Amino acid sequence: MSNSAIERAAAATPPNIARRVRGLSDRAIAWIFVAPSIFLLLAVNIFPLIWTIRLSFTNYRVNRPNAEVEWVGLRNYQRILTDEDIWETMQATAHFLFWTIALQVVIGFALAWLINKKFRGDNFWTTIIVLPMMLSPAVVGNFWTFLYQPQIGLFNYVVGFFSGTDPSSFSMIGEVSLAPWAIVIVDTWMWTPFVMLICLAGLRSIPTSIYEAAECDRASPWRQFWTITVPMVLPFLMLAVLFRGIENFKMFDLVVQLTGGGPGSTTELTSINLKREAFEKWRTGYASAYAIILFVTVFGLASIYVKALNKVKER
Amino acid sequence: MKTRIALMAAAVSAVICGAQSASADDLTLCWAAWDPANALVELSKDFEAESGHTMSFEFVPWPNFADRMLNELNSGGQLCDLMIGDSQWIGGSAESGHYIKLNDFFEAEGITMDDFIPATVTGYSEWPKGTPNYWALPAFGDVVGWTYRKDWFEMPELQAEFKDTYGRDLAVPETLDELKDIAEFFQGREIDGKTVYGAAIYTERGSEGITMGVTNALYNYGLTYGTPDEPYKLEGIVNAPEVAKGLEFYKALYDCCVPPGSSDWYMSENIDAYKSGQVALQMNFAFIWPGVEADPNVGGGKSGYFPNPAGPDGHFAQLGGQGISVVSYSDSQDAALEYIKWFAQPEIQAKWWELGGYSALKAVVEDPDFATSQPYAQTFLDSMAIVKDFWAEPSYASLLLAMQDRVHDYVIAGNGTAQEALDGLVEDWTEVFEDDGKM
Repeated sequence: MSNSAIERAAAATPPNIARRVRGLSDRAIAWIFVAPSIFLLLAVNIFPLIWTIRLSFTNYRVNRPNAEVEWVGLRNYQRILTDEDIWETMQATAHFLFWTIALQVVIGFALAWLINKKFRGDNFWTTIIVLPMMLSPAVVGNFWTFLYQPQIGLFNYVVGFFSGTDPSSFSMIGEVSLAPWAIVIVDTWMWTPFVMLICLAGLRSIPTSIYEAAECDRASPWRQFWTITVPMVLPFLMLAVLFRGIENFKMFDLVVQLTGGGPGSTTELTSINLKREAFEKWRTGYASAYAIILFVTVFGLASIYVKALNKVKER
Repeated sequence: MKTRIALMAAAVSAVICGAQSASADDLTLCWAAWDPANALVELSKDFEAESGHTMSFEFVPWPNFADRMLNELNSGGQLCDLMIGDSQWIGGSAESGHYIKLNDFFEAEGITMDDFIPATVTGYSEWPKGTPNYWALPAFGDVVGWTYRKDWFEMPELQAEFKDTYGRDLAVPETLDELKDIAEFFQGREIDGKTVYGAAIYTERGSEGITMGVTNALYNYGLTYGTPDEPYKLEGIVNAPEVAKGLEFYKALYDCCVPPGSSDWYMSENIDAYKSGQVALQMNFAFIWPGVEADPNVGGGKSGYFPNPAGPDGHFAQLGGQGISVVSYSDSQDAALEYIKWFAQPEIQAKWWELGGYSALKAVVEDPDFATSQPYAQTFLDSMAIVKDFWAEPSYASLLLAMQDRVHDYVIAGNGTAQEALDGLVEDWTEVFEDDGKM
């Protein structure tokens, strides 16, 4: 049936077109199919990247179209790398990255392990747990500002209730010592379900026969956990860490809604700082250099990490 | 006969309507989303009826206003025909060609800047400052002032306690120190069974909030932007020891007397805190006063208004407000100019004030009945007489954000000293002006 359809289509092709197509090599036909994608990739990714690299060596400002653009060499890079404020934003980003990933991995894995135990209503609880990641980050940031309100916020009330402190005596997003943790808590609340789902996929991919064999060998549950569960889930976990790491390195909306980068510059992550340089101060050349530095950092770290991930998978 | 007259009337009106629709434009006016914008929508209905043009409006909330509208202007967008842009945009918009120059138009239409409050002309229209080059018509006069709970101030037991404590009457403060005393007095006090706080002040970090607040202290402790001879001289001027004292004052006010959790507050948060009865004093732009008067909780005589109090080295208040400009990328520039001509008329300006817009036209504000026309009218006049504005340079955004960072870092986060914050600010501003080739 399908053969006859192909034959009919071939017969319907005008002879001049058929002759032309027949004259093309497989490689040429492959290029014809791939070319639009490559063109799109070049136009949307590669050209802007090259253009950004070029701009990073200039003093160009997009809000001064009439001003003369000067070639400044490495000055933008030098300024960025010697700017203490930028190193502070890097530190804030590192703190955010480390703690969100650590907490999300531990809690996410624990939740996945519990859900995998198959109990009554486990599907219901899975749905409840994944709800936060279905919300918009801007909405989450906004309503957590209310939860963190010292006078009316539920978070402060709960902390006050259990610790006996006055709820209005501390401000999660207004105090230098607490604000970095405030953003970690919210991101963990929102994205732990994502890590949980990936871990759950890993746990469910482990054949039960391996556990049965281990039980025949009288391996304890503890031993089974460390020698079967953890190694077999590790590639999934590492993948989750990669995704969350890349996402949180460019974290913007959630933190802007929560703290706006404050108090002071305590929670000003690199992406927030970059946005301010590029689209509020309009220092386009400088911001381009900043973006290139961040790109190289993320790309470099991600490449090393992916190599490690491949090695783990090969084991 | 009657039929013939009716037919003729119909024909004439058809011709008039046809003529109108042939030249009618759909104008889009861009501004911030706030109470005065609603008043302008109301006012503009008269323009639509008179001119035959239709008006559309694009209002953006204040925290995103500059981002959104400067993006629009920088990209040569045609969304806005008329822009009521912030006063600090005037330098950049003039130099980048976003606004059309209005001198010839003003001259042709008999509009003179002498008819407007001088501070608003300098603040909203001129670039370079102090020169007769006009890029906007003063549209909305605004200034930072204070609102206070008059009903609380009049409570006999509070008056007595205040006098015992401070040795003077609980009354409108004349100096910043007196203001802090009052804020401290109310902080954490129980009034009508509720805990209340001293003052809601500007602390917002993301856009311009804390700068618009802290300058009300710094100006009165001696802050100037350069000197008359050296407009970009910063060292020893911006970071003078007395200016650092002004910054210390603002931090002390924040540390002692604000509601918990007010580390990122600007106009709307201050309004909410005041209207919900949380604070005795509120720092805010004058545009909120009509809304306060009309509020069922705090309006109707329960609130009073006073200008920013004096400091040891001067008596100033931060200028707000905006001018109205014609966007150079607009296809309807003639109709937009027609709107400005209409808006500049004294009777329209008088109606603007009635609806809640702060007219900058002298004919309106110097009217003998003006001062008593609203409970806040005199305070508005007094405040407009002491205004000072932030930089309006093309690089104002870089200058503003640097100040936001430095000041927030010291006042809210408590990092370093006031002197270090101002020294850092001078470094940042110097870098900006050096990049601009002005230093």
